[in-house]
Amino acid sequence: MTQRRSYAVGTGLFIVLGFAALAYLATQTTSLVNVRHGDSYTLKARFTNIGQLKDRAPVKLAGVRIGSVQSIQLEPQKLDALVTLSIDKRFNQIPEDSSASVLTSGLLGDQYIGIQPGGSPDSFKNGDEVILTQSAVQLEDLIGKFLVNGSPGDKDKKKP
Amino acid sequence: MNARVKRRNLVVEGLAQIGDAGLFLPTLLAAMPRSLRYFREIVRQIWFTGAMSLIIIMTCGLFVGMVLALQLYHVLEIFGGTASTGTVVALSVYRELGPVVTALLFAGRAGTSITAEIGLMRATDQLSAMEMMAVDPVAYVVTPRFIAGIIAMPLLCCVFSAMAIFGGHLVGVTWLGIDNGTFWSNMTSNVEVWKDVIDGVIWKGLAFGTVVTLISVHQGYTTPPTSEGVAYATTRTVVASSIAILALDFVLTAFMM
Amino acid sequence: MTDAIASPDSAPTGDALVRVRGLTTRFSGRTVFDGLDLDIPRGKITAIMGPSGTGKTTLLKHITGQTPADAGELLVDGEDVAKLSREGLFKLRERVGYLFQNSALLTDFDVFENVAFPLRQHTRLPEELIRDIVLNKLQAVGLRGASRLMPSELSGGMARRVALARAIVFDPMLILYDEPFVGLDPIALNQVLKLIRTLNETLGITSVLVAHELAAIQQIADRVVLIANGKVVASGDPKEIANDGSPWTRQFFGGEPDGPVPFHYPAGDYAAELGLGETA
Ligand SMILES: Nc1ncnc2c1ncn2[C@@H]1O[C@H](COP(=O)(O)OP(=O)(O)OP(=O)(O)O)[C@@H](O)[C@H]1O
Ligand SMILES: [Mg+2]
Repeated sequence: MTQRRSYAVGTGLFIVLGFAALAYLATQTTSLVNVRHGDSYTLKARFTNIGQLKDRAPVKLAGVRIGSVQSIQLEPQKLDALVTLSIDKRFNQIPEDSSASVLTSGLLGDQYIGIQPGGSPDSFKNGDEVILTQSAVQLEDLIGKFLVNGSPGDKDKKKP
Repeated sequence: MNARVKRRNLVVEGLAQIGDAGLFLPTLLAAMPRSLRYFREIVRQIWFTGAMSLIIIMTCGLFVGMVLALQLYHVLEIFGGTASTGTVVALSVYRELGPVVTALLFAGRAGTSITAEIGLMRATDQLSAMEMMAVDPVAYVVTPRFIAGIIAMPLLCCVFSAMAIFGGHLVGVTWLGIDNGTFWSNMTSNVEVWKDVIDGVIWKGLAFGTVVTLISVHQGYTTPPTSEGVAYATTRTVVASSIAILALDFVLTAFMM
Repeated sequence: MTDAIASPDSAPTGDALVRVRGLTTRFSGRTVFDGLDLDIPRGKITAIMGPSGTGKTTLLKHITGQTPADAGELLVDGEDVAKLSREGLFKLRERVGYLFQNSALLTDFDVFENVAFPLRQHTRLPEELIRDIVLNKLQAVGLRGASRLMPSELSGGMARRVALARAIVFDPMLILYDEPFVGLDPIALNQVLKLIRTLNETLGITSVLVAHELAAIQQIADRVVLIANGKVVASGDPKEIANDGSPWTRQFFGGEPDGPVPFHYPAGDYAAELGLGETA
């Protein structure tokens, strides 16, 4: 009898452990982390080219994550990409002349929105638009420029 | 038993066994409602197949995560993408390595013991004795192990994956010095709950658990009642399960893409 | 071969618990039973004897419906075993105890739980009552003290007695013993003999006993049936059967290597198989 009960207890613990692991994986290692954040406010920004930017990509200021991309739409008249950013309420001191740019982490990493703070005493409010934006740097464009201007890299290559 | 003749084409034999195991499924399903009466037995079998496999699953999960982080870090370094180490560890573990390695370990640890146990019960007339005591051995012995395996496998996959993430973090952040915040934020912005965690860990885990335990109980139940028969049946459990896991993994992945 | 024996079964047919008519069984071409007729009277101890491999175990398995026969009729307590549904068969088996040739204890459980197993499966008795019944049966086989041992910790004889306790835990109407005396020391053998007789006398349990020990059988059996070559070749009182004068009984009880029962399993010519056929 006592033997049986210990199986039941052990099995119960095992199942709890399994579900705890699942809960951990689902909530702490996935995009649920970003969806779950509490209060936030939105900003808008227009880009002529967003590159590979995706929904829920991080928004960073000085390398620290302060929010995420909520949605990406095409503005039919202006033929611009309208990106809605969701910024954590804690970061409500961002100067309203700050600029936003689409950046890449590493050479081939994911793209994110970087905010470069300006100097205005006024801060962004909910629904404001970020006027100063810089579009994604396209790798193809870079390579194109590189080919047209001759290859400055040749010198480097011969060094070793 | 001309076991020696059969041993030559273990792979062909393994494939045939997978088919036979499939034919065993209706018998199991038919016995399923009756075995709900043996709830205690199911609990006991979850303990034996699941909880008793925890140590090996956790150890292997930790090392898989560690070696993945180590390898990926050095590859990603070439492209300046070490920040993605955590992401790639998580994605490869959730989608492939977690379910597949767990299932292979499960077949070796729990599957073989299920086969040997049922085979020995057959060889020592314990199954006939149950029949004689008006207890259906399929409902009492076979299905509870089957159900337990199906429940235990996804849970083991979760534990394995969590340990792998832990191992990846240990090597990536603690040892190789990736920034902790970068490691997590990169991972959390690229890993999806449904597409990666649920599809990979849970659905694949369930599918592999079903196939491995089905093969294991079938091998045990139909083994020739001799010590050689039981020994050979455990070997076939491992071979047939491994083939089934890897083939099914390909099919499932193709469907999930 | 069989015409030497008169009246294969002259047993009382009036109140037979088990009634076998024209039973025929083949295993992969080899005939085990060839029109077997047999009656097992209610409330009596019937011993079944016969050379090794004649199908004594197979007969018991037919009676319990574990292996179906190919043809013939087999009634247990008026029910045709071959026609019973799975549920019907299970109902019947709850009233039949079976002692396996190799005990077949459940290795997962200790002695107590093994004996309690049928009770737990088929009843909702309170724990105290189960305890009382199990200890009572274990006391009857002299193993109450061993109730917490695991089957692997038992000797062969002890395991047999535990299996016996398990077979009688439901006070069945019929108990089938497959070679219950093998491997028992003389003391244990006498205990088991006494037990079988007590069960038979006090509870009126019909017993079928497959055994080779004529001396033991003579002490308790009411009737002996000798099976050979797929048929009942002799039957009668255990004290007299050895001297009934037929060649079957003379060979079997006299232990003569040659006679109507061949020592060898059917085989081709030995010399030919050794390759001596051509040279000789
Ligand atoms: N499942 C089976 N498949 C094929 N042949 C079988 C099967 N079971 C029994 N036999 C054959 O039937 C014959 C009778 O077997 P059985 O076990 O009934 O003999 P037995 O009279 O109990 O012998 P023993 O005294 O040695 O226990 C044997 O020749 C055996 O080879
Ligand atoms: Mg036998």
